[in-house]
Amino acid sequence: MKRKGILFWIGAAVFLAATFLMTQVVGNQYPFFAGYVILQFIVLAVAWSILGGYAGYVNFGTSAFFGVGVYTAVFLAKAFGAPLLVQIATAAAIGALMGFALGLLTLRMQGIFFSIATIALTIIIETVITNWRFVGGAAGIQIERPPTTPPFDNYVQMLFFVQALLVVLAVAISRYIQNSWIGRGLQALRDDELAAECTGVPTLRLKLMACVISGALMCAAGAPAAMYLQFANPASAFDLNYSVSALAMSLIGGTAHWSGPIIGAILLSATQQLLTVTISSEVNVLLLGVMLVLFVVGAPEGIIGLVRKIFHSRNEGKE
Amino acid sequence: MTNAEARVPLLRIVSLTKRFGGFTALDNVSVDIPPGERFGLIGPNGSGKTTLINCISGAFRTEPGTVLFRDEDITPLQPHVRTRRGIARSFQIPRPFRSMTVAENLMVALDFAAHEHVSVAQRRDTMMSILTQMGLASKANASATKLSQVELRKMELARAMATHPKLLISDEAMAGLSSSEVDEVLDLLMSLASQDITIIMIEHIMQAVMRFSDRVMCLDAGKIIAIGTPSEVMANQRVQEAYLGT
Repeated sequence: MKRKGILFWIGAAVFLAATFLMTQVVGNQYPFFAGYVILQFIVLAVAWSILGGYAGYVNFGTSAFFGVGVYTAVFLAKAFGAPLLVQIATAAAIGALMGFALGLLTLRMQGIFFSIATIALTIIIETVITNWRFVGGAAGIQIERPPTTPPFDNYVQMLFFVQALLVVLAVAISRYIQNSWIGRGLQALRDDELAAECTGVPTLRLKLMACVISGALMCAAGAPAAMYLQFANPASAFDLNYSVSALAMSLIGGTAHWSGPIIGAILLSATQQLLTVTISSEVNVLLLGVMLVLFVVGAPEGIIGLVRKIFHSRNEGKE
Repeated sequence: MTNAEARVPLLRIVSLTKRFGGFTALDNVSVDIPPGERFGLIGPNGSGKTTLINCISGAFRTEPGTVLFRDEDITPLQPHVRTRRGIARSFQIPRPFRSMTVAENLMVALDFAAHEHVSVAQRRDTMMSILTQMGLASKANASATKLSQVELRKMELARAMATHPKLLISDEAMAGLSSSEVDEVLDLLMSLASQDITIIMIEHIMQAVMRFSDRVMCLDAGKIIAIGTPSEVMANQRVQEAYLGT
């Protein structure tokens, strides 16, 4: 257990060093533009699986959290000229509050009803932002990037590295949850909430924790997007595509292990980036749909489940 | 145990009423259960037995009425807090944690309901000794979905035992079992009762209730119609009417 922990942190350090090195060495800007999107989806998928995977509450409101993250950054940048770090931290705090509210919803709603409520949440928040003049309303808003600070010589490179930090943070949290009493409690309540409660699991407190952590990470992932695009409008910030993608990536990767959403996010978003360049951005959505259907039919436990199954049957074959 | 302690009931239910809309599932039920008692709860289908259990374990809120456990009013407490206080239950239809092994099912109880902090190794020992007592030791690493009906019933009882209860409520743990399996589960409950655990047993199998209980209570339409020794209750005219519908 300890050895695995050391390996994990070495892996995280190597990953961060590699992304940092990339910002210093690679001159071409495209890898950072594409890489940023992949990293962003890793954070979203990992955050989604904390509630959707571990606790089994299917959240369709990823885009609500993402959009609130974007607009928190927009508001802070416009009103106070706040630096990126403040934007992300504030977005995380607001995301945590939203997550808490969402967690209270789980008291009354489970299963499909909870999922529908999260879609409603997205629509309500998007409508509010659309009617808020200060942040640009329906037409959207242009945002000036502040001057780049060394050691980065390009703002997108910096955003790329910041998003890589968020990835490490999100994955470390998700991994910690899975291996701790929180993860075991969430797994129990996902299987059977009443039985979990009657076995001593404080289900409401655990659900609130999962919602708060998941929400904070999603909002944090959205915050740098305003600076990345230098533009924000409600239709793209609250795009339902974020919800569907985060869900699809987690499920395709597999929610039984913390690494599942990472695998799913890399696989899907890298393919999407490739398709966007080679064919068209519209094919993205098609790919998502086709992959989801294939996995639901062929490997409902995702890639993680598939790998475990193969290993399992191999071991049985040996005996 | 001093005489004074013995006189304090472990569980005291005071004028408990539970309504679902216009339907009264429990109507002014009061009963005291002393520590160490083997208490049988019977009644026709829909008489309110499981509702009463749900009110004791906290799955349902009661209005009005109070539930006192070891002299403490537990009415406002959530189910998981009641479990930690020492009330455990099994379910009429088994509710295992399906994504876990039998051992992991018990570990949830040991992790969350433990009264004091004990090491993981100690918890594992406790888990194995409970499984051995329940005759499930060989199934420790089996998935909960792979168990037979009687094994599921035993696992539910084992999981309840892992919360270290003072009061164990068994909700029809013998339903759907063969007669030899009924004896097996009954012997288990008897052995648990001998470990200073108070047991409330809901059961439809009369022979089991008669053999097991120190005292039996019969509910009908949410009201207590008889309470006493098994033979007294069986001989009661109203109990016979409730069951035979005459």
